[in-house]
Amino acid sequence: MAKGIKNEVAIIGMGCTKFGELWDKSASDLIIEAFQEAIEDAGIEKKDIDAAWFATCFDEVNVGKSALALPKTLKLPFLPVTRVENFCASGTESFRGACYAVASGACDIALAFGAEKLKDTGYGGLPDFGNLLGSQNRAIFANLTAPGGFAMMATAYFDKYGLSADEGKRAMAHISSKSHHNGTLSPKAHLRVEVPIERIMKAPIIAWPLGLFDCCGVSDGAACAIVCRASDAKKYRKDPIYVKALQIATTSGEEMAHQKWDGTWVMPTYEAGRRSFEEAGITNPREEISMMEVHDCFSITELAVYEDLQISPRGKAVEDIEAGFFDLDGKIPCQTDGGLKCFGHPIGASGLRMIYEEYKQLQGKADKRQIENPRLGLTHNLGGFPCMSVVSVAIFGNEL
Amino acid sequence: MVGITSFGAYVPWYRMDRKLIFEQLGWFNPANAANARGEKAVANYDEDAITMAVAAAIDCLQQVDRQGIDGLYLASTSLPFAERQNAVIVSAGLDCKAGVRTADFSGSTRAGTTALLAALDATNDNNTMMVCASENRLGKPGSAQELTYGDGAAALLIGSENLIAEFKGSYSVSHDFIDFRRIPTERFIHGWEERWIRDEGYSKIIPEAVNGLIKKYDLNVTDFAKIIISCPVSGALKGIAKRIGATPEQLQDNMIANVGDTGAAMPLMMLVAALEDSKPGDKIMVASYGSGSEALYFEVTANIETAKNGRKGIKGHLTERNDINVYGKYLVYRNLIPLEIGIRGEEIAPTAMSTLGREGKDITALIGSKCKACGTPQYPKQRVCVNPDCGATDDMEEYRFSDKNGTLMAFTGDNLAFSWDPPQIYGLVDFEEGGRILLDLTDCTLDSVKVGMPIKMSFRKKYADPDRGYYGYFWKALPVKE
Repeated sequence: MAKGIKNEVAIIGMGCTKFGELWDKSASDLIIEAFQEAIEDAGIEKKDIDAAWFATCFDEVNVGKSALALPKTLKLPFLPVTRVENFCASGTESFRGACYAVASGACDIALAFGAEKLKDTGYGGLPDFGNLLGSQNRAIFANLTAPGGFAMMATAYFDKYGLSADEGKRAMAHISSKSHHNGTLSPKAHLRVEVPIERIMKAPIIAWPLGLFDCCGVSDGAACAIVCRASDAKKYRKDPIYVKALQIATTSGEEMAHQKWDGTWVMPTYEAGRRSFEEAGITNPREEISMMEVHDCFSITELAVYEDLQISPRGKAVEDIEAGFFDLDGKIPCQTDGGLKCFGHPIGASGLRMIYEEYKQLQGKADKRQIENPRLGLTHNLGGFPCMSVVSVAIFGNEL
Repeated sequence: MVGITSFGAYVPWYRMDRKLIFEQLGWFNPANAANARGEKAVANYDEDAITMAVAAAIDCLQQVDRQGIDGLYLASTSLPFAERQNAVIVSAGLDCKAGVRTADFSGSTRAGTTALLAALDATNDNNTMMVCASENRLGKPGSAQELTYGDGAAALLIGSENLIAEFKGSYSVSHDFIDFRRIPTERFIHGWEERWIRDEGYSKIIPEAVNGLIKKYDLNVTDFAKIIISCPVSGALKGIAKRIGATPEQLQDNMIANVGDTGAAMPLMMLVAALEDSKPGDKIMVASYGSGSEALYFEVTANIETAKNGRKGIKGHLTERNDINVYGKYLVYRNLIPLEIGIRGEEIAPTAMSTLGREGKDITALIGSKCKACGTPQYPKQRVCVNPDCGATDDMEEYRFSDKNGTLMAFTGDNLAFSWDPPQIYGLVDFEEGGRILLDLTDCTLDSVKVGMPIKMSFRKKYADPDRGYYGYFWKALPVKE
């Protein structure tokens, strides 16, 4: 494997808006808010930025096509800006563009941006997929939504490991309840209320077996990161955060058409995780990772991610969940800011919002939800569905 | 010598107790109490005359090579398309060859036997014809037809070898008897007084054809083991039997009590039911009705005994049923009342006809590819093999999934997705001979769906794109009923 970019790139500034149903804010308002925080955090000026990558997913209800919304809003004349879209991994995809640009020496300072206005559709859930998967979509694809796509993993998982609906839903409810608790400590989160396990289990079904609280919210938000070469980072701040690994893995279509995959896990998550650990030099993730922000679009996704990232052995995630392993005071706190569960999921912004949390935690600036002496933080995005996905995994550290 | 070489039928899964309708609208038309007995078969929201014809055809075809079908005629007065031939959608769904002759027969409930006669006329020593008759008629709320109409289909394979029932002769009469009529822009029929139709229509016109046949071929009514009188009015049926001299034992049940008046499909569905109970040597007469009448007669051969195996036919389908116990659901399925479907439901991505032109066969006939290197079937068609251990390029042959069985590997019931029958149930289906497809499920309830359950494929209406005058047809996964 190529040597990767471990310790080549540092984050020197980040910004993140409050996430939520921001009826009174446009995408431009969100872009400006996140950018102002980041540029002040980095202590640089706009003109210091050499290039930018801009992530949005549902451009139709958001900022429109192309990257132009970013330079037009922020007034960044002639800046090379690239729009990226890779389902829910879009935010991390923009970060990857910026990191590779500085790692290669093509740029000294690069900006990774993600912004998404989802709440202008007129209904709950993500915008209808329409021709999202190409013009064949209506003709042959099941009448799928995001919760349904992930719910299938839950029915397959319950079946494989012999969990009754009640047992499975209880483990998933623990995941959501834990995140809701963390969300109460997170001022920028959309949902900030404790939700007990019993209430989660009794909630109306969205897509069997997933109930309302098994699903993350849909919200508006923006987040961004300013990166430079690691060797320059201390020029800008005393506590830069270093990129230890950055990997994307995509499906070859095998899961949906070939019978090898059993539907209880996400193949690209395992592969992106495996490569990330290799890039970062991690041999025992369960012992070495301090904390994680994973793609908890649905509680079952987070459950599967624990196993796919080799934190929990196959079929054993439920045991770890119920032992509190991923709780805020557990061995590997997961979703310390409340995750997608509490922030909602403005697609393009989510990956960068997760990185924002790891950045703050690793700097010791996470206030009431600060965990003790974190060393390595991991973020994970899963775009698409378990049967057809693009996954990003990134690992960050506070030491070279 | 030509005749029937195979037969099949289809009755939709949903049935509605007629009392349910009468409870809602009987206050307006109390005389309808006479029609509010028994139950009627109701097509699911994703079914129409085309999909039911395909279902009956599949029941009829069994192991018959579809590429060997030379012609396919579809009879119905409730065809979904006025322009875009309906029969060709059926033949495409069945994966018939491009050289097939297709035609729609419509305009009268007599169309079923007209199509059958046309197929018999077209059959010689070298060809095989398929006739489908399928009906999904709309009764106006409050009308007698709303109570009497039922949905269903029948299919017959016509050939010259291995006959199950030899075609012996026919007699047709045509009368511009204006009982029911409908112009193309109308959804509902107009009728005249029921007593007039009973006395001057059914009771005179059907006997004219029956007696014409008997006279033409020098037969006696007593020669027939079964006589099929396609008359949905029970009172008239008794009178006709008396008029032609048939005994109650000879009369084939018209299935009004448990299926309903299936219009053009009725004589063929009754014929299938008669064949299911027939024995070698039986003579069976079929008389249709509509703008005249046609009487045909067949003689059952020794092949009937083996032919009874393996197909569901009328009998099998009648054992599989599920109640529609909400009248409003029926009204919605038939698009008889506007429903607030929500903004998500209103979003319809435009259909690209040129995409369908390119991939239509793969969609309509569920044709994927099978890797010649590793044997993996895959859908949709791939040029590079999806098997991670193979990856061969351009080494594929066409592979039909629609006649393959599978098991459900994962599923959900989705309340967020827009569906006419929420929750939208879908899942990943693993096929017995390899390959996996993500498919919508139909004709099932969520509580009955389990991982590992057996699955068959069913041709259904997938979506409607009314602004572009288009219905998309595709295959759904159908849990196999025990």
